[in-house]
Amino acid sequence: MKPLNEMKVQFFSRSVNESFARVAVAAFIAQLDPTLDELSDIKTAVSEAVTNSIVHGYKDQIGNIYLTVKIYENGRINIAIRDRGCGIDDVKTAMEPMYTSKPGGERAGLGFTVMQSFMDKLRVRSRSGYGTTVIMEKMLKMRKDAES
Amino acid sequence: MALKTESDAHILTVFLEGEIDHHIAKSIREEIDMSIERVHPATLALDFGEVTFMDSSGIGLVMGRYREMKQLNGSVTVKNAPASIRKVMRLAGLDKLAHIE
Repeated sequence: MKPLNEMKVQFFSRSVNESFARVAVAAFIAQLDPTLDELSDIKTAVSEAVTNSIVHGYKDQIGNIYLTVKIYENGRINIAIRDRGCGIDDVKTAMEPMYTSKPGGERAGLGFTVMQSFMDKLRVRSRSGYGTTVIMEKMLKMRKDAES
Repeated sequence: MALKTESDAHILTVFLEGEIDHHIAKSIREEIDMSIERVHPATLALDFGEVTFMDSSGIGLVMGRYREMKQLNGSVTVKNAPASIRKVMRLAGLDKLAHIE
């Protein structure tokens, strides 16, 4: 199905861009007039995915992160965050609550758990050596129709 | 970031502010740890009243401070966390480690 609206941005995997990514997504979905709770959930999930790409995907090297947001009918939004980093060998283990590959770094190991709980759908595609794509969906309670 | 702190004989209160993510967590951690080192409080109170955003990096931050305070036989209290931040904390089970007011 064709989205009603779509935006793409690409940025370096610098940690300062974690807030940029959150704000970019929030600004784009503002047209749907989301509630503060919805906005906060989405920003948190985006922050987790982008942080994963920076910390784990690129391991603090600089690469590109690709962010796509699509708006569909009835307030459905689809967010894809893709990197060309190292990929995840075992996605299932990586997604377990409290699992972290960097236990010394004060990472709580909750990134995927947050994405899963705060969004309606989460799909992770990864190939070792090629990168990772996280696709998340959320249905917003529609208060205003998107301009089509 | 220069965080506002307040301490009496037992409690060190750190007033956090703005957005807490992975980018900023390290400098916050270093500042809190310097204050803990200096004051050796029985309780570390983290005041989230002026925090506008927090992801799981903030959970790591609180969990790390909990471990540190435990070594000093102390405790951690979380104060004034807005609803959206309490939601992340509950998800992480932080209420089992820290006293959430």
